[in-house]
Amino acid sequence: MKSPGTRGHQAPPAPARSDPGPDDAPAPSRPGRAGRRPPLFLLALASAAAALALLPLVYLVVRAVERGPEYAWNVVATDRTLELLARSVGLAAVVVTACLVLGISLAWLTVRTALPGRRAWSVLATLPLAVPSYVAAFAWISARPDLAGFSGAAFALTLVSYPYVYLPVAAALRGIDPAQEEAARALGHGPWSTFRRVTLPQLRPAAAGGGLLVALYVLSDFGAVSIMRYETFTRAIHTSYKASFDRTPAAALSVVLVLMTVLLVAAEARTRGRAGHARTGGGTARPASPAPLGRLKWPALGWCSAVAAAGVAFPAGTLGYWLAVGNSRTWDPRGLLETGGITLLVAALGAALTTCLALPVGVLAARHRGRTAHLLEQAAYAGHAVPGITVGLAMVFLAVRFAYPLYQELPLLVTAYAVLFLPIAVGATRAAVLQSPPVLEDVARSLGRGPLGVLREVTVPLAAPGIAAGAALTFVVCMKELPATLLLRPTGMDTLATRLWTETGTGSYAAAAPYAAVLILIAAVPSYLLGRHRT
Amino acid sequence: MIWKGFDMRRSSSRTIGALAASALLVPLMAACGSDGRGTGSGTEAGGKNEGGTLVIYSGRSEELVAPLIEKLEKATGAKAEVRYGDSAELAAQLLEEGDRTDADLFFSQDAGALGALGKEGRLAALPQKSLDTVDKAFRAENGNWVGVSGRVRVIAYHSDKVAEAPDSVHELTKPEWKGKVGYAPTNASFQAFVTGMRVLEGDDATRKWLKDFQANDPQVYEKNGAVLDAVDDGKAELGLINHYYWYEKAAEEGADKLKAKLHFPTKGDPGALVNVAGVGVIKGSDQSTAAQKAVDFFLAKEAQTYFANETHEYPLAAGVTSEDDLPPLESIDAPEIDLSRLESLQVTLEMLQEAGMV
Repeated sequence: MKSPGTRGHQAPPAPARSDPGPDDAPAPSRPGRAGRRPPLFLLALASAAAALALLPLVYLVVRAVERGPEYAWNVVATDRTLELLARSVGLAAVVVTACLVLGISLAWLTVRTALPGRRAWSVLATLPLAVPSYVAAFAWISARPDLAGFSGAAFALTLVSYPYVYLPVAAALRGIDPAQEEAARALGHGPWSTFRRVTLPQLRPAAAGGGLLVALYVLSDFGAVSIMRYETFTRAIHTSYKASFDRTPAAALSVVLVLMTVLLVAAEARTRGRAGHARTGGGTARPASPAPLGRLKWPALGWCSAVAAAGVAFPAGTLGYWLAVGNSRTWDPRGLLETGGITLLVAALGAALTTCLALPVGVLAARHRGRTAHLLEQAAYAGHAVPGITVGLAMVFLAVRFAYPLYQELPLLVTAYAVLFLPIAVGATRAAVLQSPPVLEDVARSLGRGPLGVLREVTVPLAAPGIAAGAALTFVVCMKELPATLLLRPTGMDTLATRLWTETGTGSYAAAAPYAAVLILIAAVPSYLLGRHRT
Repeated sequence: MIWKGFDMRRSSSRTIGALAASALLVPLMAACGSDGRGTGSGTEAGGKNEGGTLVIYSGRSEELVAPLIEKLEKATGAKAEVRYGDSAELAAQLLEEGDRTDADLFFSQDAGALGALGKEGRLAALPQKSLDTVDKAFRAENGNWVGVSGRVRVIAYHSDKVAEAPDSVHELTKPEWKGKVGYAPTNASFQAFVTGMRVLEGDDATRKWLKDFQANDPQVYEKNGAVLDAVDDGKAELGLINHYYWYEKAAEEGADKLKAKLHFPTKGDPGALVNVAGVGVIKGSDQSTAAQKAVDFFLAKEAQTYFANETHEYPLAAGVTSEDDLPPLESIDAPEIDLSRLESLQVTLEMLQEAGMV
């Protein structure tokens, strides 16, 4: 059989206990099942999920070429497009770099060092997930108007999205067998050299997977960049709807964004391919013993505090201030409760559907590597970098033509969430499945279980914690979603995010604050559970 | 943990399992317990727009429109359902929905979105009687939308620091106002004003004005309200806003307490542009009679007075006046402009980007 380390793609983004490369002793079993044909039902389900994710593309192509390909080409082939592309890519590059620095440093400090209060810090490091980018950006710009522009956009986006890197890297760090690091130390490498040459390479897939999500998030974000007044590709798409009432340019520009996503996903897949895999050797890995920080204790504490202050305390404080200056007239407990309940419902349904759709794609990508699995996984990313408003209009377009009874009903909104957030759940599922030993599935098969039985009784239960974590993350992002929700919600229905939008639209921040606070509080629960350490 | 599948300690998987289960159960229970105002409203009707509900797409805020809809229901006996959103995004949605739309009436924040829908043939012609209620300047030339309330661009000034406010936006590029003017470049009304200037004075002149204005180091704010606050605090000496922000603030804090005062530019200066919020009936509506009644209701005295009192905008129907101390609309020396032309916002935005304002 082929050695997994030399294959071109597919490795876990978070290799828990990893082998660094092909030089190691052969493992008794392999996480990849390149040779095994995927069961038909798995392939069918994964194809259905991928087809759903590709739906917006159908719309984009229809709209982009409705006035002839030439018109679309003229819209796209301008210096302005290049400039916008450069601005978006530049912003994404800076934010991803900053997120890597923040995510990896905080993960290392909270997982591998004797930092005082590690558990609390790890929860604090995850909490910014709960803050919508538009709330963070608004809090910052109202305090520091001079932040407007590139620096403010990069700053706000980094603060809300670094947990995408932090979470998988912390998971990977917890999983790495310290034996290799100890061997490196014994061979005379200092702590920094060991980190750079042994630990960091093993973190690469986790960091790259997180970095990809951050990059796609930045490409599709509208809230933070519009509040920070930094023109990006996505903002130009929004203004195109707003300014010309013409959907062709917006669609043509969105196609460019989809192509960029394909490039990014492919680049990330290459990074993965060269890196390690799940530990499958004999014996038991033990947790690393925490490294003493020594004189670095105070700088380390300062760093953690600074990030927590900027990412959590500051937006929370700003909301607190708005709550305090608002009068009782702005409080509507009943409305809050009802909106909160509906938000929970749609986000939970969105997370449930997304997770169910992601399951076959993730299992396929982990267990049945090959061109088909690879393509299906890539297809799942199609909707993720496209602005929510475009995905929303695509669903409007398709639903009024082909699924009219569903139009402006809950199922359509939930489906849109799945289209938007499928990659988050696919990544979590694939990694979770990869990290459980496939030999157990072989045993189940030898005991006469069919493919469905193996999936139900072995694969899914073993990967359940990772899949649930993916569902929790999807739940949080569904809660915060705004543009598609505005277009697709049943008439008269409000989520916390749409309510927040309504209130800030009329300029009453005091009235908006309770909704923002409840949104963040609810989103903080899964974030808290995601960030809680088990060391 | 995300991607933490390898940590298979039972306690952790149980915690997350319980979390996932409760995440599903809690909202279900909450939904069963709630009165279902939101989720039920669409399904209970048993389909799209059956049972004679008037569906309104409103680009104007719920805070403003909801009380008016109650009055409308009382006055006409029709049941109305409102979908709130951003005017431009709702226009895009209406265009995407095409003739399968559920909407009967579009209530837009500005003339541009109505103009765009009209151009795509999505608006039905309104009866002349309704149209004639308002001045020609504040309705579509082809009669498929009508303005219901108006707002005027003004120059706010700090009354202690500024003896005489400039009478034209063209004066704002002079050195004496360097760093002293506040404005909100991302605000739709400011952008409509720039579009108005383009229509009145041409693209080249507008580009030059924007360049000079930007070179004069104006203070940037997110919203008109913030611009007015800055003028009132003296942080800025002049501010480009809509007239009603001042009247709102005056109603809250007392007109005599405000340091900020308003100046209405004259001689047809683009700085005194009048823009409107308006309504149009969607073509092919199965509730066109109810929609038509709603249009007339919006133009009748009750709704017109409501707009005037609630938003401090100008009532547009003939014979209705505001209780505010507003200078009469006829007295404003506003530029003469076809409001449908304010739809050409794209070039304006490109200019603003070129000037580095947005």
